[in-house]
Amino acid sequence: MSGHSTYEPKTGFERWLDVRLPIVRLGYDSLIDYPTPKNLNYWWTFGGILAFCLGVQIISGVVLAMHYVPNSAMAFNSVEAIMRDVNFGWMLRYIHANGASMFFLAVYIHISRGLYYGSYKAPREVLWLLGCVIYLLMMATAFMGYVLPWGQMSFYGAVVITNLFSALDSVIPGLGTMITTWLWGGFAVDNATLNRFFALHYLLPFMIAGVVGLHIWALHVPGNNNPTGVAVKSKEDTVPFHPYYTVKDGFAVICFTIMFAWFVFFAPNALAHADNYIPANPLQTPAHIVPEWYFLPFYAMLRAVPDKLLGVMTMFGAIAVLFAVPWLDTSKVRSMRYRPAARTFFLIFLAVTLILGWCGSKEPDDVVIATGHDIAGDPTGLSVTVFSRFLALYYYGYFLAVLPLLGFFEKAKPVPETISSPVLSAHGHGVAMPAGAAAEASKKG
Amino acid sequence: MLRHALRGALLGVGVAGLLLSATSATAKSKWEEAQHPGFSFEGPLGKFDQGALQRGFKIYSEVCSSCHSMNLVYYRNLAQPGGPFYNPKYPNPNDSPYAKAIAADVKVPDIDQDTGDAIQRPATPADHFRNPWPNEAAARASNGGALPPDLSVISKAREDGPNYIFSLTSGYPPSPPKGLTVPAGKYYNPYFPGDLSSFWSGPKDKVPKGGFIAMPFQLTPNRVTYDDGTKATTYQEAHDVATFLDWASDPKQEERKQTGLAVMIYLLVFAGVVYGSYRAIWRNVAH
Repeated sequence: MSGHSTYEPKTGFERWLDVRLPIVRLGYDSLIDYPTPKNLNYWWTFGGILAFCLGVQIISGVVLAMHYVPNSAMAFNSVEAIMRDVNFGWMLRYIHANGASMFFLAVYIHISRGLYYGSYKAPREVLWLLGCVIYLLMMATAFMGYVLPWGQMSFYGAVVITNLFSALDSVIPGLGTMITTWLWGGFAVDNATLNRFFALHYLLPFMIAGVVGLHIWALHVPGNNNPTGVAVKSKEDTVPFHPYYTVKDGFAVICFTIMFAWFVFFAPNALAHADNYIPANPLQTPAHIVPEWYFLPFYAMLRAVPDKLLGVMTMFGAIAVLFAVPWLDTSKVRSMRYRPAARTFFLIFLAVTLILGWCGSKEPDDVVIATGHDIAGDPTGLSVTVFSRFLALYYYGYFLAVLPLLGFFEKAKPVPETISSPVLSAHGHGVAMPAGAAAEASKKG
Repeated sequence: MLRHALRGALLGVGVAGLLLSATSATAKSKWEEAQHPGFSFEGPLGKFDQGALQRGFKIYSEVCSSCHSMNLVYYRNLAQPGGPFYNPKYPNPNDSPYAKAIAADVKVPDIDQDTGDAIQRPATPADHFRNPWPNEAAARASNGGALPPDLSVISKAREDGPNYIFSLTSGYPPSPPKGLTVPAGKYYNPYFPGDLSSFWSGPKDKVPKGGFIAMPFQLTPNRVTYDDGTKATTYQEAHDVATFLDWASDPKQEERKQTGLAVMIYLLVFAGVVYGSYRAIWRNVAH
């Protein structure tokens, strides 16, 4: 898509088509000849893994939709009918349900890789922004999909999340109520809500696919970042996408599928909540309403703030801040491989986010660090809510303070001149070679 | 390269582990952890014991079914592959004499097509298990206001399903702890979720674990007479009914695990082949 196209039509038909619709050229330039840095590690395979996940979700989802009934009286039983009476329906449904978890696992690794190697920095800001849009669409799609089986968690998840918008009542009285009524299609989560969520759950994946197209386009214009963060300088630094990365991504996709299949076939409900096999009952609120694991860090932030509106803003802000990352990071060095201080802050950030997820799965009053115990013998001390506050502070601090300030204060390690030089030094004896010598060696192969 | 891959894989496993522990983490429980009696269908290669399924079905039909419906389970399911009465001689479960005979013993409500009157007719393999109640209100009225839950997917709908069912049905103590005031029409069970602190007159730090359940202890010894001569102890009855209910919740479980084994072998071989291609293709590239 970028640079000079090397495609040469071979057959008469290809020549005929190439001057009318150069679609074969597009495919050739983007998937075959596309020059890719040769030093991409396995963290870079998650883009391909994500494309695979999207494909799996769309295909399994379309077939599931052929059997699913979006009606509040029949949805639960129709899902069970898929599991019991549709040929391989259990497989389709478990692939789709666990596929959502796999999709998020892959996207979190993909985002973390971008954050670590500075893939959001110029000239890839638009690429990063499109990625954030995909992530937002994924969250909306996953949330609405989770409502469809119409179990207890489906129903109360929908109640909790749609009610978040009623917090806007404290900004403009009536605005929040109006939005929730509009989301519900009535005055409570009911059949109308289920119907529109189903319609949107079917629509959004195709919007995701569209934005993925833009994301890949925006990738192929500046080209891939790479673990050194050093821009591609010459043809020496790259290999054609095919067969080098088709085979590497292919291997990674298969390994990922092995883990995916383990969940589908041997632990299909391990990532889900047992309560969702109880049909939705608007008159009986479950003891603990817990979202799926991939929303837990944000759920913890929501609960950490005592004020509803501020809590909602904290939660959505945690995602919104990602959009600003390209302009928050002031460092000239892309890859954190050469930013020891940033690397430490980043690893703490990852740990903090995971612990936030753990907090989201706990009850707000649970005790993290016990300092004593009450009359019934239950421990007292630092509660999950208070603990989440400190963690949320770090989460925001990382983006709003660490990234902007570190660029001015940190002392980065020397950055290699070309991609090829550190590649060879890693294979050699740990001594950085002069750039010229490295280029020589790579030619010899 | 391999070292890098290994480190990546380890990190991935670590992250997945953290995610799993975060999902399964629950609050400090106020009821007993379920016992683990061990079931033949546990683990990635586990299979149902057909004898246990048949005994469990007997418990359900002679004990549980007087209060609990199973609206998603059909008589034909009993004779489908993996079911309690599957026989390879009858690949179509609707033709199975077992399913037909079991169904024919039960009367289900229907409408007379000539007169429009409500009638009772013998069930067929295509009918779902007879619901003991005409409606929810009738069920509640007969059970002191409590609704006996439908058992079709009960094993999936409870954390640690089969172990929970086993522990709950066999775990009633002979009498409730001294100092616990049990409300009329309720029974103490240490495995049932609840909070008993307001019914407890003993020391505040010794509140008994468990809750009050509207179902009295059912699985007394010799509650049923097993056709295969197995001794009907409480343990045996609870174990069998837990097996049956787990099958009913997930009747394609065996098919799933067998398919999974083939998928895993295929994927591992595929991964090996592709890794070999990867090494061959990248052989001459320093990276």
